[in-house]
Amino acid sequence: MDKTVNQKAWFLVLPVFLVVAFSAILPLMTVVNYSMQDTFGNNQFFWNGVGWFKELLDPSTDLGSRFFASLWRNLLFSAIILAIEVPLGIVVALSMPREGWRVAACLVILALPLLIPWNVVGTIWQIFGRPDIGLLGYVLNNMGIDYNYVSNDFDAWATVIVMDVWHWTSLVALLCYAGLKSIPDAYYQAAQIDGASRWAVFTAIQLPKMNRVLLIAVLLRFMDSFMIYTEPFVVTGGGPGNSTTFVSIELVKIALGQFDLGKAAALSLVYNLIIIIVCWIFYTVMTNVGTERREEKGVA
Amino acid sequence: MARIDLVDLAHSYGGNDADPASFALKPVTITWRQGGAYALLGPSGCGKTTLLNLISGIVTPSRGQILFDGIDITPLSTQKRNIAQVFQFPVIYDTMTVGQNLAFPLKNRGLPKNEIDARVDEIARLLDLTPYLSRKAMRLTADAKQKISLGRGLVRSDVAAVLFDEPLTVIDPELKWQLRSKLKALHRELDLTMIYVTHDQTEALTFADTVVVMHDGRVVQSGTPAELFDKPAHTFVGYFIGSPGMNIVPAEVRGREARIGGHPIALNRSYALPVGAKVELGVRPEFVDVATPAPGLISANIERIDDLGRVRFARLRVGDVKFAARVPPGFSGSGDVAGLVFDPSRVHVYADSLLVEGAA
Repeated sequence: MDKTVNQKAWFLVLPVFLVVAFSAILPLMTVVNYSMQDTFGNNQFFWNGVGWFKELLDPSTDLGSRFFASLWRNLLFSAIILAIEVPLGIVVALSMPREGWRVAACLVILALPLLIPWNVVGTIWQIFGRPDIGLLGYVLNNMGIDYNYVSNDFDAWATVIVMDVWHWTSLVALLCYAGLKSIPDAYYQAAQIDGASRWAVFTAIQLPKMNRVLLIAVLLRFMDSFMIYTEPFVVTGGGPGNSTTFVSIELVKIALGQFDLGKAAALSLVYNLIIIIVCWIFYTVMTNVGTERREEKGVA
Repeated sequence: MARIDLVDLAHSYGGNDADPASFALKPVTITWRQGGAYALLGPSGCGKTTLLNLISGIVTPSRGQILFDGIDITPLSTQKRNIAQVFQFPVIYDTMTVGQNLAFPLKNRGLPKNEIDARVDEIARLLDLTPYLSRKAMRLTADAKQKISLGRGLVRSDVAAVLFDEPLTVIDPELKWQLRSKLKALHRELDLTMIYVTHDQTEALTFADTVVVMHDGRVVQSGTPAELFDKPAHTFVGYFIGSPGMNIVPAEVRGREARIGGHPIALNRSYALPVGAKVELGVRPEFVDVATPAPGLISANIERIDDLGRVRFARLRVGDVKFAARVPPGFSGSGDVAGLVFDPSRVHVYADSLLVEGAA
């Protein structure tokens, strides 16, 4: 087959190439560059090879121990909020009305928390939880519960988790609601005829039909909570001590607090790599679910 | 297993106070015998699916009663009615195997495991699903899925009636025929009352012993396929059943003579018609022959001739009215004009769309 050679086409790609280069590749390369060097200021850099990476991945060093501590903390946080938000989102979606003006009302109310900027959410909860002037903190303390997110690790975690659930359960609920709405009525009618209980309808029809949106919800919530910065930073500043210092907070501390650009760059790259790998795993799982569906259609 | 009686049954989605003319199903009283195969036939929006959903209990009627074997089941829920329903699109439980799908209704009713297994095996054998029992139901073809939907109904030994809501819509044409034969065979074998909703006259006429033709929320005729063909009770039935449909022509009828646009046609019976009624003649194209124009014959303009292989039909125009007639094998008329020869015993008279029985 003869192909016409037309190198002019490359010029059409050039603008996109330039934009991507300046917005993504060059900044990323700067980070790669920093991660291999050490600096004492004055724009003087010294070659350090993979030194920072070795230190980062070795828990016996200061950098490594801080990295791993924040990583496990972050994974624990993500696991907890997923364990709460996914079931809660499903329950909310299931209990939402199916038609009438109430649908619109519910959707608007659910969407409200999603529209609030991160640092505003943080500020709301920071004030809400204060024992002296915050409604929540004041009431709890007057009920005899000693609640103080500034000094107590457990209280700080509880506040950050409840805040995230408050902010993001809506997203899971909205996605699940969309999944539920797409189930044809005939399924419910058939289940009724088959004498299925409410629970059987859920496990046999609703959950399987929601599996794709649930995967998307889990992916979005995992990535978001794994990269969380603003809300806990505004509420607890990563404290008390380091108890709510998640990976991104640790990263900012190293980069801007200590101005250790090399260490921060190495951490950024590893952080980035973890996120890309997790994304890839989710993507693979999701496309596999997709091919199963397509196979089914192909046979039919 | 049940005889089904519908007593003055009607339904309006707008509630009982709605205008009677707007009812999705206008009051109907009809009896379906145990073990019969019935088809509800009519165009979209004629109320056939509403009627089916009333019987299955998915919709509660605004008015009237449904009796299974003489027992009023109108207030009962779908679950308690013991009916099986096959929907337009296959409904299967995605995560389950074929066997689990078939066992689902029995499991929900708390039957012991060995009983469930025995029933599932039996039904799978009837439906030729045995080789697929341990396969995921989601992976099967549309016709196999419809068989599973049907099987989930049949697996219950107490099922009173099986309802089909246009079950062949998503099936490939060559498999349609197979699945329909399977349904007929099952009907003979299991002695179940089957009610089949469709807008396809071929499906209805081949499946059912009795076809119930619906039009605009009303049951216009219930009869065997032959009755519907030979003696349509309503002009709609004449037009809807048969291909091409019955010719319906405005006419004047006096005694034993009808006149179409001034041309006389002899009738076999004598008719006394109510004054002021809209009078029409109905005659199937199969019983009108095209001939060379001659005095005494109604003349019509030929628009085209459809050759259907076994038989040819001429599409004509009598005055302003469209008309179809058979072209006899010997006919070799030329030109645009033809005469029409009627079989008087097959000409029916309709007053306000309803069949009028003549006196001998």
